[in-house]
Amino acid sequence: MIVEDAICSFCGCLCDDINVEVEEGKIKRVRHACRLGSSKILGHDRIKAPMIRRGGELCMVSYQEAYDRAAEILLRAQKPLLYGWASTVCEAQKKGILLAEEVGGVLDSTATVCHGPSVIGIEEKGLPGATLGQVKNRADTIVFWGCNPAEAHPRHSLRYSSNVCGRFTPEGRAGRTIVVVDVRETRTSKNADKTVIIQPGTDYEVISALRMLVAGKGDGVPDEVGGVPKAELDGLAKTLLAARFGAVFFGLGITHSRGRYKNIDNALSLVAELNSHTKFVIMPMRGHYNVGGIGQVLAWSSGFPMSVDFTRNAPYFNPGETAACDLLAKADTDAAMIIAADAASSFPRAAVEALAKIPVIQIDPYENPTTLISEVVIPSAIAGVEAEGTAYRMDGMALRMRKLVDTSYPSDEEILSHILESVHRLQRELER
Amino acid sequence: LKAIMISGRTLAQGAGCECKMSPDFLKAVSLCHLSKGDYDALGLCEGKNVQLKNEFGQVVLAPKVDAGLRQGMVFIPMGPWANVLVGPDTGGCGTPQFKGIEVEVEATDASVLEIRDLFRGLRRAQT
Repeated sequence: MIVEDAICSFCGCLCDDINVEVEEGKIKRVRHACRLGSSKILGHDRIKAPMIRRGGELCMVSYQEAYDRAAEILLRAQKPLLYGWASTVCEAQKKGILLAEEVGGVLDSTATVCHGPSVIGIEEKGLPGATLGQVKNRADTIVFWGCNPAEAHPRHSLRYSSNVCGRFTPEGRAGRTIVVVDVRETRTSKNADKTVIIQPGTDYEVISALRMLVAGKGDGVPDEVGGVPKAELDGLAKTLLAARFGAVFFGLGITHSRGRYKNIDNALSLVAELNSHTKFVIMPMRGHYNVGGIGQVLAWSSGFPMSVDFTRNAPYFNPGETAACDLLAKADTDAAMIIAADAASSFPRAAVEALAKIPVIQIDPYENPTTLISEVVIPSAIAGVEAEGTAYRMDGMALRMRKLVDTSYPSDEEILSHILESVHRLQRELER
Repeated sequence: LKAIMISGRTLAQGAGCECKMSPDFLKAVSLCHLSKGDYDALGLCEGKNVQLKNEFGQVVLAPKVDAGLRQGMVFIPMGPWANVLVGPDTGGCGTPQFKGIEVEVEATDASVLEIRDLFRGLRRAQT
């Protein structure tokens, strides 16, 4: 059987033209997907059964035992952290928010080690956005700033941006001007007309200089900014101003560097300034396929897009205090549930050491470093491959992920429902 | 050699990130990309590794020449090896600074730690 036009559940591109060949209930071949997507859809070794750590070793248990132990850990904790959510569907995320409210915890997503600064910057300034379809059909000038889609979003250029032919961009790559701004040359810059190499940590200064040049206040710009000669920046400003429809895509190169959310805030101001002269849009290159979704679901449920503290009477949001790495750094959380993410691999070492000191519940299809520090491990179906649901593309479009094959593993949503049931039962027992 | 470290995705890292316990992931991620100039300045050759250290930790990685990097800058594929060198401070915004980190790089004969060994020292939660 061939499943046509399946949606890839790797990155925020959510490519929706994937053909998947299924034989005897197993995925045999994947067509049209990039190396990242194929690898994910074809699958890897799985966690075989739920486990609880006893005497230092993980021992197989029943799902019910694992749900009950997870519920007990979450209920006993003063301030449990429920972290991850990027590689699962919105239906599971919604259930997770219910659980966080029920047990009085903090729910945070992988955005806080990724585009969290973008989320904050966008909250400050607003996002002059567009759909990827608009970019494909209209953009004649595209800037990739601090991102390397050739390796992180390999089909972005072919489906949505630099190389695709669209309704008003029939020449595709030949009709577009592509600019890369980065601290190094990358595979993406090989496809660019203009590459501007800046010194690490100078994005804010370079953006400020461009804002001045675009606004016609170039007299105040020094001869060199961020290691880039003024003449080169002036040329870049002219390129941007010459666009009829420009798009800026930005990545972790600017969210992870000095300045963090202020870099994004400034980039949004640059785009606002450009919109005084021409049409420009801007978009974060979201990494995990549904990291956008947890932002949406949290925002409509609690009013905040990440790092939401449900331990008070009302949802509370203060990244720097309520984000996962801050909670761990300050020992301000006493248990964690890590779902659809691998915190032990993606957090700074000190945060991982703090995580290893508290009881950790892992919900994931795969063994990974988080498994090594977990007390309870609950294997799940792969959302977007073995379980259906909704995901948000990097441009905020909600798409429906289909189930491609059957599985005996429960979905994230089912696992969370069972843990919620165990929580309710334990609460009733405690009340007696 | 003093250098600025950045971390990020590579194709091999992304393809292996759902099977992190595999030898392929180790090979794809426990790398330190550096310029040819820095590679030569450190006297590196086949079989030699590099040790990177700073105030947050130290880690041994396999060197890889990367023509896209300027001298004084190193790139490590995102993952647990790179994160040994990342500090926990989030500057009040929840996100650690994963890029633009000062590190000291030197040649070493030490081996790259396998993924289980990288986490072996951590105290596991007990029931």
